[in-house]
Amino acid sequence: MFDEPFAHGKAPIHRLDPRARLLMGLAFCLAVASVKSMGSAALAVAVAGALLAAAAPPLPALLRRLGAIAGFLLMLWLTIPWVLPGPPALVWGPVTASWPGIHLAALATLKGLAIVLATTALVASMTIATLGHALSALGTPTRLVVLLLFTYRHIFSLFASWTRLWDAARLRGFIPRTTSHSYHTLATMVGVLLLRALDQAHRSREAMLLRGFTGQLASITLLQARPRDWGLTTAFLLGSVALVILDALHPWP
Amino acid sequence: MHIAEGVLSPIVLASGGVLTAAGTAIGMRHIKEEHLMIVALLAAAFFVASLVHIPIGPASAHLIMNGVAGLLLGWGAFPAILMGLTLQAVFFQYGGLLVLGVNTWNMAAPAVLLGFLCRPWLARPGKGRATAAFACGAGSVLGAGVMAALALVFTEEGFLRAAQVLLVAHLPVAVAEGFVTALLVQFLAHARPEALGLS
Repeated sequence: MFDEPFAHGKAPIHRLDPRARLLMGLAFCLAVASVKSMGSAALAVAVAGALLAAAAPPLPALLRRLGAIAGFLLMLWLTIPWVLPGPPALVWGPVTASWPGIHLAALATLKGLAIVLATTALVASMTIATLGHALSALGTPTRLVVLLLFTYRHIFSLFASWTRLWDAARLRGFIPRTTSHSYHTLATMVGVLLLRALDQAHRSREAMLLRGFTGQLASITLLQARPRDWGLTTAFLLGSVALVILDALHPWP
Repeated sequence: MHIAEGVLSPIVLASGGVLTAAGTAIGMRHIKEEHLMIVALLAAAFFVASLVHIPIGPASAHLIMNGVAGLLLGWGAFPAILMGLTLQAVFFQYGGLLVLGVNTWNMAAPAVLLGFLCRPWLARPGKGRATAAFACGAGSVLGAGVMAALALVFTEEGFLRAAQVLLVAHLPVAVAEGFVTALLVQFLAHARPEALGLS
């Protein structure tokens, strides 16, 4: 379920310093979010696609990820083109799709696709543990990073705990329905999960204190940037700025 | 519901980022050193609970649990929800990293507000407690829907109808979440009253 399918490859992206990947992703996504023309958005999708190719992602996991944004985009496509006024592009019985509506929905789709492909290539390509240490190296407050790493560390055991509760309920013939009994059962199971989390928190904290935890992070992952990493990051920053300028000049629709 | 990447304008994204950063900073200041692990574990539990689907008639929705986070953690709900949404964005691409600020604000702001308003009522056993918990659970989901709809409309007036659809879709989810929150709080009040600050 949480096996981080993009994080364990040996593709060119994985050899980049995680800090460089985060900065590249941030610059690129900020630039993409600000573009207003279809041409710039299409260019951004092409760049993001190239990044993704450099991360060599497993295809089934990638399709699942794209499925996650499909629902929201579908809602946009089902509303915007049909209600936004403008010259009609498609007449279908009593409803009309307008050009400005289609433009708006298509632009959101392209921009969303570019950002999702880029963050999958640049950020999902590291484990949460590496992400935490890279964020810390880039100046994120230590307590916040510690919180992220502790949360990450414990979702596995709590999910296993939930699976046990769920299996036990199913073995007793529980099938969730829209009934007060079902809601009662589910709420109690979630309550048990929260109580187990609270108990685990005390045990974990005591175990950490026993091992001399002082609130500081100690990482066995060594972050080592080579000149190539920073060169690539700089080039990417400049490229992102160029995308914004190009978009502002409106050379295409 | 999470707003997807690529939809919101840079100004809305930046506003969400600044508001969430402020809420998280206040939240982290309220969390004492010895309670950091509790917030992490509760954030992990909320993350797992958000994978649980509850049936609503022929459809189903996943739990959101932002109201419970507001009741249990107060301002601490900001960092806890930020952690949950970060993990969801990286693992599953629910929401996304660039819209993380907006999505966190949407879910945490109503939860913190309603958590503070409803908390005093939890001390009254019976109807008062159940009603307050229902209001907090349902209101936090509805508030998240209102915030998400506002983020869409502030971005582009053409998103108005999409925002309305989004808001209406939140209604049944809010009612279901309200019932689960009420039952959950009743359970916690019996099993572990000190978790709710009662004892």
